Amino acid sequence: MYEKDGERYFIVDGHIHFWDGSPENQANKYGKGFIECFYDYHRNLSPPEWVWPLDKFEKYTEQDLMTDVFDDGYVDVGIFQPTYLTDFYKKGFNTTEDDGAIAEKHPGKFVVNGAFDPRLGEPGLEEFERLVARWGLKGVKLYTAEWRGSSRGYKLSDPWARRYLEKCAELGVRNIHVHKGPTIWPLNRDAFDVADIDDAATAFPELNFIVEHCGLPRLEDFCWIGVQEPNVYGGLAVAMPFIFTRPRYFAQVLGELLYWLGEDRLLWASDYAIWHPKWLVEQFVDFAIPEDMVSEYGQLTPDTKRKILGLNAARLYNLDVPASVSVSSDSHPGPDVLEKPAVATIP
Amino acid sequence: MTLGLTSRAADGAGGPLVGEEGGDGARPGLTSAVMAALAGVRDPELDESVIDLGFVADVIVVGGRVEVALRLPTYFCAPNFAWLMVNDAQAAVRTVPGVGEVQVRLVDHFAADEINTGVGEGQGFDATFAGLADGELDELRQVFRRKALAARQDRLCRTMLAGGATPGDLAERRLGDLPPGADTDTYLQRRAELGLDVSPAAPFLVDRAGAPVSPDRVTTYLRRLRTTAVSIEGNAGFCRGLLATRYHAGHGAPQGVGRDR
Repeated sequence: MYEKDGERYFIVDGHIHFWDGSPENQANKYGKGFIECFYDYHRNLSPPEWVWPLDKFEKYTEQDLMTDVFDDGYVDVGIFQPTYLTDFYKKGFNTTEDDGAIAEKHPGKFVVNGAFDPRLGEPGLEEFERLVARWGLKGVKLYTAEWRGSSRGYKLSDPWARRYLEKCAELGVRNIHVHKGPTIWPLNRDAFDVADIDDAATAFPELNFIVEHCGLPRLEDFCWIGVQEPNVYGGLAVAMPFIFTRPRYFAQVLGELLYWLGEDRLLWASDYAIWHPKWLVEQFVDFAIPEDMVSEYGQLTPDTKRKILGLNAARLYNLDVPASVSVSSDSHPGPDVLEKPAVATIP
Repeated sequence: MTLGLTSRAADGAGGPLVGEEGGDGARPGLTSAVMAALAGVRDPELDESVIDLGFVADVIVVGGRVEVALRLPTYFCAPNFAWLMVNDAQAAVRTVPGVGEVQVRLVDHFAADEINTGVGEGQGFDATFAGLADGELDELRQVFRRKALAARQDRLCRTMLAGGATPGDLAERRLGDLPPGADTDTYLQRRAELGLDVSPAAPFLVDRAGAPVSPDRVTTYLRRLRTTAVSIEGNAGFCRGLLATRYHAGHGAPQGVGRDR
């Protein structure tokens, strides 16, 4: 819980990790390249006092996680998002089991999400059912750019991805977090394209699709699908830290998202340990749209921030929110444009 | 000369390390001609020159032989855009009179070996990534040219709106009405690349098919242009910051790069 200026905020961190990117766990040069890429994100966008040395960033402890996220970071509930990367890391980068082991020691603190890979076919489907049962999964995190053998990725519109999504619907795994990366099959297509999420969201209206990093670097394409599909949400991991380095750009991204999707479909997240939740929460609660942009984007209210910081995620995951944290009934859900835009209206 | 990076190049704001060496030296003016050719090579996703973005790490001219090293903001930058930049840089340098052998190398990238070999041997993208691709990159390039055109329309629209035009006015404007300057010149050049009409009487505001945007939908259209521009400009800023952070390693002070405070 975070309190400032008489306002109370229930904080759900929609995207946290407990990873092992250490040299001992790296399987090849790609594992080394992956964690170093994360580290550059961390160094580039964190305030200097929050920058860790590389060896700590590669592998931090359970105590670091608990202290940073809950004791110092104001977070009430953290949502673990696994990232397997078993082609890059010997024991995987961050598995459901890694997260689940910590969650079981700290009841009520975490939501444990799982993952599936449609390229694993029928055997993978059975394994996924066991994973859902073991951890009581309500959500999954998918990384469509994940390498597997000679494959460089998949799309949610692939036939086997449909089978897995059907299984999610059947088992009540309702929250599908999707993270795009730089590769896909085939490589000559734009790997960051979110059109396959549009297809899936239309085909599975009973599932929620949370697009991680709000589609960045394809913010515009994400907004086009978000405005059409009421079950598409934007995860703000990666977008958030720009609040420090480039606040005007942050205001634009948030302004665009609020315009197209509205305040009920955005989920705050730190992407811990890439960024520390403490400074993100503090700066977001203090943040105002710059004066010269207010005519275009409007101003943020405490209710808008309350929804983004926790209430929206609490709704998706059915979390108990203290009665002392509530919002007025006024809602600003974005423009009423749910029909598909004609191609000619897209630049 | 080694392929070391100067701190100036590593800022992402300065030019690359440029050298001429060899007993017979480079032909006078050849290096600057090579640099001018590289200045015309763009990141297809960001619509900016690879020189301005700091992606050209090194240029060596020895006699008529040219070596160029390209670097990117991350080890995992998308391989299709990386391939296009290596390929375009090679093609651009080859057009410079007096240049003989050209070698463009991508450095510090997961697919550097494949891309350098593929482009060096004149293979297409599909052959370079056999089994992992199902075609060339023409369509990808076109998609991003259209996005870039939208962002450039946004910039001109904002200039004209700030000058007192109404959204309805913008739908009536012709290319001949655009304010003279670099933004207009670049916009016309990008339109020509897409094969769109660039005559002075042609409508300024056109959609992805090149059809004029009617006054009744211009407001919605401007909103979409704005979102596209925010996306592209934001990506370019992030890429600049990551490049500076990556190549500042060991020199400290990555903070502050790309800040807009």
